[in-house]
Amino acid sequence: MATQQSYYVPEQSKWPIIATVGLFLTLSGLATVMVNKSGGDTSTGWWMFSIGVAVMVYMLFGWFGNVAKESMAGLYNAQMDRSFRWGMSWFIFSEVMFFSAFFGALFYVRFLAVPWLAGEGEGTMNTLLWSNFEGSWPLLHNPDPKVFPGPEAVINPWSIPLLNTVLLLTSSVTITFAHHAIKKNDRDKVKLWLALTILLGAVFLGFQVYEYIEAYHELNLTLDSGIYGTTFFMLTGFHGMHVTLGAIILTVILLRYMKGHFSAEHHFGFEAAAWYWHFVDVVWVCLFVLVYIM
Amino acid sequence: MSAVLGADAHHHHGPAKGFKRWLFTTNHKDIGTMYLWFSFAMFLIGGTMALVIRAELFEPGMQIVHPEFFNQMTTMHGLIMVFGAVMPAFVGLANWLIPMMVGAPDMALPRMNNWSFWILPFAFAMLLSTLLMEGGGPNFGWTFYAPLSTTYAPASVNYFIFAVHMMGISSIMGAINVIATILNMRAPGMTLMKMPLFVWTWLITAFLLIAVMPVLAGAVTMMLMDINFGTSFFKAEGGGDPVLFQHVFWFFGHPEVYIMILPAFGVASQIIPTFSRKPLFGYPSMVYATASIAILSFVVWAHHMFTVGIPLAGELFFMYATMLIAVPTGVKVFNWVSTMFRGSLTFETPMLFAVAFVILFTIGGFSGLMLAIAPADFQYHDTYFVVAHFHYVLVPGAIFSIFAATYYWLPKWCGNMYDETLGKVHFWMSFIGLNMTFFPMHFVGLAGMPRRIPDYALQFADFNQISSVGAFVFGTTQLLFLFIVIKCIRGGKKATAQVWEGADGLEWTLPSPAPYHSFSEPPTVK
Amino acid sequence: MMSRRRAIAVASPVPFVSASASAAWELNMTPGVTEVSQSVYSLHMTIFWICVIIGIVVFGVMFWSIFNHRKSKGAKPAQFHESTTVEIIWTVIPFLILIGMAIPATGTLVKMYDASEADMDIKITGYQWKWRYEYLNQDVNFFSNLATSQDQIYNRDDKGEHYLLEVDEPLVLPINQKIRFLVTSADVIHSWWVPSLAVKRDAIPGYVREAWTVIKEPGIYRGQCAELCGKDHGFMPVVVKAVPQEEYQEWLLAKQELARQEYELKNKQWTMEELVARGEKSYASNCAVCHQANGAGLPPTFPALAGSGIVKGPVEKHAEVVLHGVSGTAMQAFGAQLSEVDIAAIVTYERNAWGNKMGDMITPQQVAELKNK
Repeated sequence: MATQQSYYVPEQSKWPIIATVGLFLTLSGLATVMVNKSGGDTSTGWWMFSIGVAVMVYMLFGWFGNVAKESMAGLYNAQMDRSFRWGMSWFIFSEVMFFSAFFGALFYVRFLAVPWLAGEGEGTMNTLLWSNFEGSWPLLHNPDPKVFPGPEAVINPWSIPLLNTVLLLTSSVTITFAHHAIKKNDRDKVKLWLALTILLGAVFLGFQVYEYIEAYHELNLTLDSGIYGTTFFMLTGFHGMHVTLGAIILTVILLRYMKGHFSAEHHFGFEAAAWYWHFVDVVWVCLFVLVYIM
Repeated sequence: MSAVLGADAHHHHGPAKGFKRWLFTTNHKDIGTMYLWFSFAMFLIGGTMALVIRAELFEPGMQIVHPEFFNQMTTMHGLIMVFGAVMPAFVGLANWLIPMMVGAPDMALPRMNNWSFWILPFAFAMLLSTLLMEGGGPNFGWTFYAPLSTTYAPASVNYFIFAVHMMGISSIMGAINVIATILNMRAPGMTLMKMPLFVWTWLITAFLLIAVMPVLAGAVTMMLMDINFGTSFFKAEGGGDPVLFQHVFWFFGHPEVYIMILPAFGVASQIIPTFSRKPLFGYPSMVYATASIAILSFVVWAHHMFTVGIPLAGELFFMYATMLIAVPTGVKVFNWVSTMFRGSLTFETPMLFAVAFVILFTIGGFSGLMLAIAPADFQYHDTYFVVAHFHYVLVPGAIFSIFAATYYWLPKWCGNMYDETLGKVHFWMSFIGLNMTFFPMHFVGLAGMPRRIPDYALQFADFNQISSVGAFVFGTTQLLFLFIVIKCIRGGKKATAQVWEGADGLEWTLPSPAPYHSFSEPPTVK
Repeated sequence: MMSRRRAIAVASPVPFVSASASAAWELNMTPGVTEVSQSVYSLHMTIFWICVIIGIVVFGVMFWSIFNHRKSKGAKPAQFHESTTVEIIWTVIPFLILIGMAIPATGTLVKMYDASEADMDIKITGYQWKWRYEYLNQDVNFFSNLATSQDQIYNRDDKGEHYLLEVDEPLVLPINQKIRFLVTSADVIHSWWVPSLAVKRDAIPGYVREAWTVIKEPGIYRGQCAELCGKDHGFMPVVVKAVPQEEYQEWLLAKQELARQEYELKNKQWTMEELVARGEKSYASNCAVCHQANGAGLPPTFPALAGSGIVKGPVEKHAEVVLHGVSGTAMQAFGAQLSEVDIAAIVTYERNAWGNKMGDMITPQQVAELKNK
């Protein structure tokens, strides 16, 4: 750790407090909307939310712009680079745990709760409450179909989801090509592969949207169609949000690359985005197997 | 906007002036100070709520508040103490101490550090504001079990959910910073197994935080969806299960318990050797024990749910796994006692708090072991016995260790010695107050008094009165602590660099008060 | 303020020290009146004493050091700081002690989980904030409400011996019979707990969980809800009355007869006075906790009924609110909980009490029609 002599400690920064205000406005705005959604006035909430989002966007540009500038000025050394790497890896790990909570919920309802509701297992007499309920997965008939009418059918994994799997896996390959190109300083190829990755991500999202529309309109598979719809939309929905975020990050990286921000040696910003993209891909593979196929 | 610190950076910056210093700071000491003051403010607010509870429980019958408000008090007291007082206090200590202990110039990611802090006051402002809203604030207990916290919750639950999200973001970023600092910023020669135990325990705590705070975020997100978007995670009608909430919550909740106690173990392991003038006994086994406790904490969560009716095999597994935790915990206690054994002991205030920590935490550990026995837990569960148990591990555990740490390092932070006599008064008053408050709770719990009730049957009256008196003794004593700290900051006997005769570690090589930037040049550790 | 001053006068420590002299200073878990509760008790005591012994040893060494190895007494610090042997010893010994504890604990737990071959089944449903007991296949079912008056709770009256632990109708059980409890809930999670039986089972909405007991001695056993379930969590006690088999049979027959009469009441021609009289009682046990005995409610959560728009509006609307509840509020659907007679009585009472003076009524038959609509 001989390089410690010049570890960069930034001086005062206004961005953290701006970020806090933005986060606070965004979330309290959302809460205000939700509190008032039945009968109240939601406009205050929406205003707070919109201003909050605007502040967050401003902050992201400013803060990351700051970091990019410092990086370009050569203020960061190898040790700083390691701090960023640790930071990004543990952030991704926290995301993994967030998804684990929902995968855990899926396992629980599927292998424990639904069979119990159908009267299986020791020490349960649930048939007293749900005498007509039969457990199955995907769950098309909920215990109380009056409150939660079940879906008519579920998405066929071997149509769009399979195609989406191919798309995302391909995008994992293209981003790796981009990484190799960056190391060789082959600028045109970097742009090509990165753009292709983003395009694949966008097509994936388009298909997801199409699938959701079909689910809602054709299959009555919705958020409120019982636990199958709940787990299906929450898992795929959060994944879709992450793909969106990943695609935005990759777009920013592409723009920064075009402005000459990354060199063959120093391109952690690119790598962080790539890690994130791979993470999103892995989550999808788990989703494809556990949500769609099984 | 920026400066390079280092051998060639001759401009040693002091702090900026005015409020901007605190708003925009990137300095680990400033941020540590803000965390500590924030947590103390929360400690007083949460403590006041506890006093409302104890005042109502002073005698049978409803006297002071209505049951709805009583429930809001128990809920807010728990949330504020856990997320607002104990956790930020330890993050504050980590901020102040870890860079000094590992020989780093600052935390690894200083701007993010500032963000982690500032989220907290905003999050708690949001949480506390719910008390003034129509329908009242969260009233479903700090464990917020569905469906009481979803279908049957007051509308303000939405603010509660987003406040929890903000706290989670803050904790995760704080933890990432701690890990990056410890793994990447150590001075040359500071190998992992040479790190002070406080650093070790915080490293492990940070892993726990990153692993479980996202799960809590998942739990409250499921609540949000069930409340607003018609999902059925916790609704049997749609194929969900209210008990699912408890599984997700306690998967977070049990490691959370250790998040609040592992740094306390670290503090005790720094202080006891100093005042025993003898190295810590069994350093490696202390590290391994801490790691074992952390790992086990992921497979014991359902012991909070012994009465929900999980299948026998699950019940047995969680009982055995929970009992197993007694082994590494025991190792720690034995090591502390062995450190004291044949030492040369003195009992300054930090040592008094540390010794009380070991004794009273062990009592909490014993009741924990009793609670682990599933069949007996059917009688203990959700009674005041549980309340006694977790207050014994949290008050003389986590909070006493925070007091001990404050007295121990305060001279290093502000350059002055605190008033030893007043410190001892603070200790003895707290010690007496807390035992008066919480020891009788064991009895009323065993005799059958459920927790979270605003009124109780007559046979519980006497012990409840003692508890209430004790609570007021303990609560008012903490104002003395505030006075002692302010007095110390404003002046007093000048502290030497080493401060304590037996103190050992990098932070004691710095002058007192520690300079604004700790180690611009990394020290060499032999 | 008046009531506050009175509260202090009534609730000053002296009166209830005498009222509860027999029960005061109770320190320990009850051994209870079932085989299971007694083995739980002995487990509890075994572990307690093991902890005490470990505590004496550990704290003994500690206090020995505190008193003898003081710097002020001239103690010079030793320098030892490691011993793998010692570490292994104090890892292994506690482990063995734990195994010693786990064996009896496992035995008791297995026993507690064996609800098979029960002589009778009772379905227990938790409601906010009362219990419902259904004797399966016996045509007997009833609610069990807190019997302590609001006056006692709010210190306007002296507190009785069983303050907060008394109900209008206890769960009556025969002794020496294996009784299986099927525990569930209609709203939030509750927990059915009787310490003397060592039965505590969470009532989960939408799920039924088992527990069982064999009571050895006749008596009245009191417990409480043990899971936070909202405002009146502290006010929904459990009372079990265990009686010899013959007495139980008599009680059951009487209860069945009563149920038949109650059923016939539905077809009776009620006068308004009769309904109001019955309604006053039903209101007190089902509605007064929230809407208060004087109809003033506890706004904003629990609105006042005196002068309320719904109560003074059309009678069908009023009855429908009581039958179906108001979604998104604390108002429950009472259609599934109360008989048509009770609902008709409560609605009629509300319309004619506290100065509402509507002067109209609704019959049980009309309620039944509304219910089936």
